[in-house]
Amino acid sequence: MALIEADKISKKYTLGDVEVNALRDVSLTIDKGEFVSIMGASGSGKSTFMNILGCLDKPTSGRYLLEGIDISGLDRDELAEIRNVKIGFVFQGFNLLPRTQAIENVELPMFYKGVATQERAERAMDALSMVGLETRAKHYPNQLSGGQQQRVAIARALVNEAPIILADEPTGNLDTKTSVEIMDLFQRLNVENGITIILVTHESDIAEWSRRTIRFMDGQLMLDEERKATHG
Amino acid sequence: MVNVPWTARLALRALKANKMRTLLTMLGIIIGVAAVIAMLAVGTGATQQLTEQISSMGSNLLIVLPGSTTSGGIRMGAGTQPTLTAGDAQAILEEAPAVDAVAPVLSGTAQVVYGHQNWSTGIVGTTSSMLTVRDWPLAQGRGFSGADVKNATKVCLMGQTVVDNLFGDEDPIGKNIKIQNLPFTVVGVLSVKGQSAMGQDQDDTIMVPLTTAQRKLFGTAFPGMIRIMLVKAKDTSELDNAQTQITDILRQRHHIGQQQDDDFTVRNLTQIMQAAEQSTKIMTLLLGAIASVSLLVGGIGIMNIMLVSITERTREIGIRMAIGAKTWDIRFQFLMEAFIMSMIGGIGGIAMGMSGSAVLSKIAGWPVIVSPFSILLAFGFSGAVGIFFGFYPAYKASLLNPIDALRYE
Ligand SMILES: Nc1ncnc2c1ncn2[C@@H]1O[C@H](COP(=O)(O)OP(=O)(O)OP(=O)(O)O)[C@@H](O)[C@H]1O
Ligand SMILES: [Mg+2]
Repeated sequence: MALIEADKISKKYTLGDVEVNALRDVSLTIDKGEFVSIMGASGSGKSTFMNILGCLDKPTSGRYLLEGIDISGLDRDELAEIRNVKIGFVFQGFNLLPRTQAIENVELPMFYKGVATQERAERAMDALSMVGLETRAKHYPNQLSGGQQQRVAIARALVNEAPIILADEPTGNLDTKTSVEIMDLFQRLNVENGITIILVTHESDIAEWSRRTIRFMDGQLMLDEERKATHG
Repeated sequence: MVNVPWTARLALRALKANKMRTLLTMLGIIIGVAAVIAMLAVGTGATQQLTEQISSMGSNLLIVLPGSTTSGGIRMGAGTQPTLTAGDAQAILEEAPAVDAVAPVLSGTAQVVYGHQNWSTGIVGTTSSMLTVRDWPLAQGRGFSGADVKNATKVCLMGQTVVDNLFGDEDPIGKNIKIQNLPFTVVGVLSVKGQSAMGQDQDDTIMVPLTTAQRKLFGTAFPGMIRIMLVKAKDTSELDNAQTQITDILRQRHHIGQQQDDDFTVRNLTQIMQAAEQSTKIMTLLLGAIASVSLLVGGIGIMNIMLVSITERTREIGIRMAIGAKTWDIRFQFLMEAFIMSMIGGIGGIAMGMSGSAVLSKIAGWPVIVSPFSILLAFGFSGAVGIFFGFYPAYKASLLNPIDALRYE
């Protein structure tokens, strides 16, 4: 059974008279432990696809199976639970809560899961040291650099031991050196922890870290190629 | 699986992030609660005062006045005819089973002198029953004996106000005073009763035996005449019976024919006072209800601010949803903010209401009473307002589409 199975997924937005086909009949499977990059021109539907994979959005038509479960049959709270335990999100804009310490940001998913206080603190600290930020636990987002903020976001994505990390342009706001650090972190999580990583990027340098690249064009899947990892 | 202390901390943090706004929003609740507390305090104080006055008047009390009242309420020569006598009082006591005690009264005003002090006060000629009827114990000394009434001895009981004015710190018992230039011996001092419902000082009085008043102070052409009678019924439930029995007895004694009107009036004082007490209570509720309108306005303020806050924090809501917050996690978070605001406002309002009431009683001299009930009510009410007006914004927040919320600029 594939971890992720998309079957003829389409997403249509209607803005007044105009219809936008953000995704058209996208079918693909991703297995556990894969490291996939998604590329394509701006507006080609990458984010739309990621949002559907992340159970933040539902397709207009088609079926999406996550670990064999059809997502379309689930209600809000069941989807929230999947996002909580199965999926870790990493966004281009980091999306940390303002006025909230790094460690509290990392603890957040565990609160919604109902993890006990003691364990919560320990696991949050573990996740922070995994991304090399144990000394910045008490810092607020505005006291951290972009790369550090993104690493806090990655720690937050890891903390509930989600098997999948979805990253929409995670290095989009970072310089080359920091991007490399982040990609290195993703690679380690993929190789050492067996976490499935799917990331959207515009840069082929970044895509080269992955072992499979999917290319979108006008909402359609154009290319799906495997490659030998060039890094690590 | 909602984590209450964590949600509370979260809410406090969000409220602190916007101190001025939070404070202004809470002000609505503070004023509302303070108004409710103060209004209820004023009303409760008035009710309490009335209740005290009722019990100071004596319980289960009927008053019999000479003269009739027509149905239109116009007095038909009441008090002009000497229609009531000590004999009537005696007959009522003996023949009306619902009656516990009867105190006949012949009263007037007189100048009272002790040494160099003099004081003008009401002189009440009555019997020892008066103390029973009015639930009015003696503070010191003795009451009237049977012999005092029989022999019309010149003894008197003195109210505290008269004692204060004539004697100061001196012990009045056994001292001789002059009432209308006749020497009287003070044999007892009445306990303090305070103001009557009509605002009179009930302690500004002197009681003398009825016979003494009749023969030596306020003598009239009608021997045995009294002005009024105070009647104590055996029980509250017997008040109506007592009234009927008194009417029957007096009609018979006064030879009043079937078609004729009564030449006396029986009033149920307890009933009148209780009606007054009831209307004061209703007034209290009315004041409270009016005050709670401002609490309602405060609640609308909370709702307004919560809606603004949710719009501002749409992105935060989106982030929370993306990492697994469920409908009730979000709902609870915002409900908690509204609830905390209204509860803190409630506490502030209680403090303000209590100090406001204290100021009212100091400055206006009103008897205000902040009852634990009103505090509980205000507290519960402000909490309910927070939840009620917080619910819609929280509900709205919880139904946001995660992806739209995340993208919100
Ligand atoms: N909420 C929406 N309402 C209407 N149209 C939308 C909405 N979201 C996306 N679209 C449209 O869907 C198409 C795909 O958008 P999407 O965000 O998936 O592109 P993308 O590949 O992520 O682009 P970029 O590289 O610029 O992030 C675009 O044409 C966009 O205008
Ligand atoms: Mg995008």
